[in-house]
Amino acid sequence: MVKIETSPQQVTSRKLTVSKAMVEGIAQEMERDPSVIVLGEDVGAYGGIFSSTTGLLERFGPGRILDTPISETAFIGLGTGAAVEGMRPIVELMFVDFFGVAMDQIYNHMAKIHYESGGNVLVPMVLMTAVGGGYSDGAQHSQCLWGTFAHLPGMKVVVPSSPADAKGLMISAIRDENPVVYMFHKGVMGLPWMTKSTHALGDVPEESYTVPIGKAAITRSGTDVTVVTLSLSVHHSLDVADELAKEGIECEVVDLRSLVPLDRATVLESVAKTGRLVVVDEDYQSFGLSGEIAAIIAEEDPRLLRCPMKRVCVPDTPIPYARSLEQATLPTPTRIAAAIRDVMA
Amino acid sequence: MTDGMEMFPLIQRLDEEGNLIGDLGVLSLADLKETYATMRFLRTFDERAWNLQRQGVIGTYAPFKGQEAAQMGAVAALEDTDWLVPTYRDWAASYLRGVPLEHGLFFSKGHPSLGDIPAGKRVLPAQVVIAAQTLHGVGVAWATKLRHEKVATVVTFGDGATSQGDFHEAMNFASVLAVPLIFFCENNQWAISVPLARQMHAETIAQRSIAYGIEGFRVDGNDYVAVANLMHELSERVRNGEGPFLVEALTYRLGAHTTADDPGKYRAIEEEDLWIRRDPLVRLERWLRAQGQLSDEDLAAIDADSERKVEEIIAGFREALDISPLVLFDSVYATLPSTLASQRAQFEARVKEVGA
Repeated sequence: MVKIETSPQQVTSRKLTVSKAMVEGIAQEMERDPSVIVLGEDVGAYGGIFSSTTGLLERFGPGRILDTPISETAFIGLGTGAAVEGMRPIVELMFVDFFGVAMDQIYNHMAKIHYESGGNVLVPMVLMTAVGGGYSDGAQHSQCLWGTFAHLPGMKVVVPSSPADAKGLMISAIRDENPVVYMFHKGVMGLPWMTKSTHALGDVPEESYTVPIGKAAITRSGTDVTVVTLSLSVHHSLDVADELAKEGIECEVVDLRSLVPLDRATVLESVAKTGRLVVVDEDYQSFGLSGEIAAIIAEEDPRLLRCPMKRVCVPDTPIPYARSLEQATLPTPTRIAAAIRDVMA
Repeated sequence: MTDGMEMFPLIQRLDEEGNLIGDLGVLSLADLKETYATMRFLRTFDERAWNLQRQGVIGTYAPFKGQEAAQMGAVAALEDTDWLVPTYRDWAASYLRGVPLEHGLFFSKGHPSLGDIPAGKRVLPAQVVIAAQTLHGVGVAWATKLRHEKVATVVTFGDGATSQGDFHEAMNFASVLAVPLIFFCENNQWAISVPLARQMHAETIAQRSIAYGIEGFRVDGNDYVAVANLMHELSERVRNGEGPFLVEALTYRLGAHTTADDPGKYRAIEEEDLWIRRDPLVRLERWLRAQGQLSDEDLAAIDADSERKVEEIIAGFREALDISPLVLFDSVYATLPSTLASQRAQFEARVKEVGA
């Protein structure tokens, strides 16, 4: 599985965190293309509250890195207007949870102007936003909600989990002619104040490269069970797979990377190989990604599964603030391991 | 209470009797003759569109009758490089910027060409969501500023839109970013059935500008001479780095909100009569006749020409109705993603099977 598409020349890489890789991707595109600009709340001197824009203001100045007033509706509409006029704005929505105040601008305008214009108006815009819980930020600051965005037509949705993908998908998102929602989990960023994930640090080529939108990655090959997942849950699933390998269970971990378009083929191929499926999704359980993956199998060939699949998701409840309660709702390694053992039983 | 009417006196150059107050400004007699003919053609189209709905040929249509001078004046000063970001009633304004009037009919028919802006024309598709386009206007203007283009952007909206958060956020952003944008409010005084007095407590929309630290203007929206002159001045100023500005064009929706409502249920006939006397066409006609520049024969010629053009539009519209439902998938993304392509294939098979 080719994970990164690079030029055949000498590739120099070094280890970066996801946040540094994202910023590097943005900076390289800003160097290459003067129409790339960044706007949002606290993206300037602060560098983004989850370090998604660190250092960009110093490098590119306030003309291209714009701290906006606190009005999500306004700056997403502003980004849409600027994209229509030929800019390539990267608009940061600080927490995806805030989409509620700006959803009209997102799904009725950013995502539909191209269609409404008979294909003549393009909106090449990136809406990047922080998702996910695990650090006691409560019900309004901890959601993933990618299923909500992926459900609505007109925008692409990417969700990187590794530093290399974070950079490559960012560059692809910026160059894409469509609006792309780029959702980064706070837990994958490698931030010093979050729970450490060893997978948040990884090799990232120095050169500019793209990771294709719409292609999943097999991040670990295995023969016994397919774990379809994304974002921080990829990190957990890889850790769990290492543990279970000691018991003789070989997990194949599929990192979806993109939800729109969704790489159905990779999912089907993997399940055809293993015959067992666990979907790990930090979004709400019902009407979402896990159901969509189940539908793919059911529509294509339910006989691929030799036993019922399992879902490891957030139950359909708000995400609690209390640490013990929050940990009980999230797809933790313990829950993932239990689900895999279940389907192997 | 702030006396908005005193602070923002109504700018007028051609009164309802057809008397010129002062001079024509940047306009010429020839401009006004042409404007009158165009306005009359637009009126003919608008009334015909209404009838087409009544005949069941088109769906819901939002007439602009009575607002022709405001819409034509709003774009009178725009160059090819300037932008118009319109609301849904602005077929007259969009037409002058190069969008065919058929689009107004396509729109009411849900035809996929409804927003198909001709290549190179700097107009956004008509926006139905109230006030949403004010933010897009700020974004467009901001982009032209970042590119150091000498470009004016005009965003149009109604009085009801000023109650939306989008409008206020747009005003705030535009002023903070000092963008080359003119907020052009067509105050037709009715948001469907709700009069402006129930929409806001302030006396004028123009005075909203004060809170955002920008210049505001109140102009007689039924007076093309006043609107066009004001927009000439403001467009030039924004192209030279000033702005944003807020313009309140006081006009009146002579017809219903859309073909789906009956104004007789919510407003007094006396009020309508008052505004029928203030019709933008009537005063231009009076003035042109007084100058000896418009005769009954001229009028007949304009009407015959208008009828012919409207017939052509309708014929073209009817022809365009025969389309494949598969176009539904064409413009959801810039290129069709594989997942959507498989849905398209299923859709196509189903359409072939059931014939619809």
